[in-house]
Amino acid sequence: MVSLLLNEIGNGIFLGAFFGLVALGYSMVYGILRLINFAHGDFYMVAAFVSYTILGAVLVGHSRGQWWTVLWVGILVMIITGGLAMLINQLVYRPMRRAAILSLMIAAIGLSQVLENGVLVTPNWGATYLVYPVTTPAAGFNLGSNHYTWGQLIIVLVSGLLALGVYFLVSRTLLGKAMRAVSEDRIAATLMGINVDLVIGIVFFIGGALAGAAAVMTGVYYGQIDYLMGFTVGLEAFTAAVLGGIGNIGGAVLGGLILGIVQSIGTGIFGAEWAIVVAFGALVLMLWFRPTGLLGERVARRM
Amino acid sequence: MLARRVRAKVDGFKAMRGGIVVAVVVVAALIPQMTQNQYYLGVAFQAEMLMCLALGLNIVVGYAGMLDLGFAAFFAIGAYTTGILSTKEHWSIIASIVPGVVIAVVCALIIGFPTLRLRSDYLAVVTLGFGEIIQTIAINLNQTGGPTGIYAIPALTIGSVVVNSNTGYYYVFFVLVIAFALFSTRLRGSRLGRAWLCIREDEDAAKAMGINTNHYKLYAYVFGAVLGSITGSLYAPALTAISPASFGFSESLLIVMAVAIGGLGSIWGVMFGAAVVEVFPEVFRSFAQARLLVFGVLLVFLMIVRPRGLFPERAFQGAGTRIRALLGRTKIASPLLVAADAIVAPPTEDP
Repeated sequence: MVSLLLNEIGNGIFLGAFFGLVALGYSMVYGILRLINFAHGDFYMVAAFVSYTILGAVLVGHSRGQWWTVLWVGILVMIITGGLAMLINQLVYRPMRRAAILSLMIAAIGLSQVLENGVLVTPNWGATYLVYPVTTPAAGFNLGSNHYTWGQLIIVLVSGLLALGVYFLVSRTLLGKAMRAVSEDRIAATLMGINVDLVIGIVFFIGGALAGAAAVMTGVYYGQIDYLMGFTVGLEAFTAAVLGGIGNIGGAVLGGLILGIVQSIGTGIFGAEWAIVVAFGALVLMLWFRPTGLLGERVARRM
Repeated sequence: MLARRVRAKVDGFKAMRGGIVVAVVVVAALIPQMTQNQYYLGVAFQAEMLMCLALGLNIVVGYAGMLDLGFAAFFAIGAYTTGILSTKEHWSIIASIVPGVVIAVVCALIIGFPTLRLRSDYLAVVTLGFGEIIQTIAINLNQTGGPTGIYAIPALTIGSVVVNSNTGYYYVFFVLVIAFALFSTRLRGSRLGRAWLCIREDEDAAKAMGINTNHYKLYAYVFGAVLGSITGSLYAPALTAISPASFGFSESLLIVMAVAIGGLGSIWGVMFGAAVVEVFPEVFRSFAQARLLVFGVLLVFLMIVRPRGLFPERAFQGAGTRIRALLGRTKIASPLLVAADAIVAPPTEDP
């Protein structure tokens, strides 16, 4: 029983690493624009397809990719996805900066439809599951009665490093200070000479890049991708962000880990088809008892 | 003198508007007489159903300004309650509407109560999750027939009349659309409706005016749930079979699109939006896969250009209209209110 629980916690931490990365993007955009970017999960999905195509082209003739190929493709995909997120911000969200939050959210949903169906109708991508060109070797180590591959360990480590990087960027650098200032009071930040639009663009870039990293790791680990993969992950990542306290960097990671573990244990008990019910059950319970999330700052509502 | 001329003009407009309304209703009522083509009738009936759902969602999104992304869940609750009760317990369709509504209200309270205290965008995500949960439950329970759903649902009987044709259901939903539209109109003018509009325009101001915003938001959510559930209960016998696939996120999304395209809060706009959302994909059937892409692009574009939809309710322009909404039809302060409108600049929506 205990070892079973430990196994589920192990799986949960691994799952949580993905959630945490995607949740970071949600959380940062929300922190700065107070907007739930419904299209965020779809950035992740687009990134998976882009990396699929690039890896496919790079690896022609090789049966299995070297780790450094995956690394540089991963970085490239992060840049591409970040750029895409920035572009979308520029095209859609920036003209709508004064619109009501409701209109913004409807636009975000439309955007998510555009990305999903855009991938759906793109030749060579389409509606079926695609087999990812790279897989992780099965070699690894045993902990309890569970087998973990080195790939899983690397994924958790890379996620941790990226999250740490974002944390330092936001809390220790001048750019991070600018982000916090914009999030606090956009007008005052403008008056202090901060280029608000640039800062918001950079936040979108970072969020997109993190989603890109998560997507490459998902592809490598699970070995298959499809055009709807962003929808569920987006929901779960948002739940993670709320669990941890939305707008809070550490909270997103913590929320990701907790949601991963809760979902792992929950599906262990109820079965995999109930995964999303477990995640949302956790979200609703959280909102009942601690709406600001675990690490959420108690934000006074501005009148 | 001037006042009389203005009044005459206003009366003229009202008469004209009344005439248009009657004309539209008569034409709509005659559609089944004009064609016997079952495909057209089917599309027309689906459009009416979407209108009913959109009118229900309009209370939540259009009036109270809260985004509900899981509205299909209430639709599903109604449809499944009726489906199960009529096939397994042999209830009549009409009687089964009531338990459907009760379940929908209970669910709305459970979901709405913790969420509505928070920022409205939390509601969007929680309702989205709620929709997924309801669909997951429908897929995985034996009582709901699993992925295949429920079939052989008996026909709707009203008195001794058995409704079992497309034309019949066209008229049933025709009556339902009119009933929902009238209900929405009356609701909007009621104390409840005016409170919702205030909350939508400025929640903090509404609170300062003594409106218990949490309660009123919950009412809006519950009213929406009731209309959604009733539509579902009548949808089940109309199709005779229901399956979880009809109640997913894409259905919720279509309803949101109908409201957003037509115009938030405006009853005619919402009905127009529903008709567009239903008919547009039928017209562009040949682009089967790309049509949702086109739809998404249009939606994003529309939100950038006209954030409140094509035919929004006459927007609240300023402080005066806001206060007027609170006062209802009182005439006393009107010159002051007009002045207030003029002084306080309208909220700029497009830069």
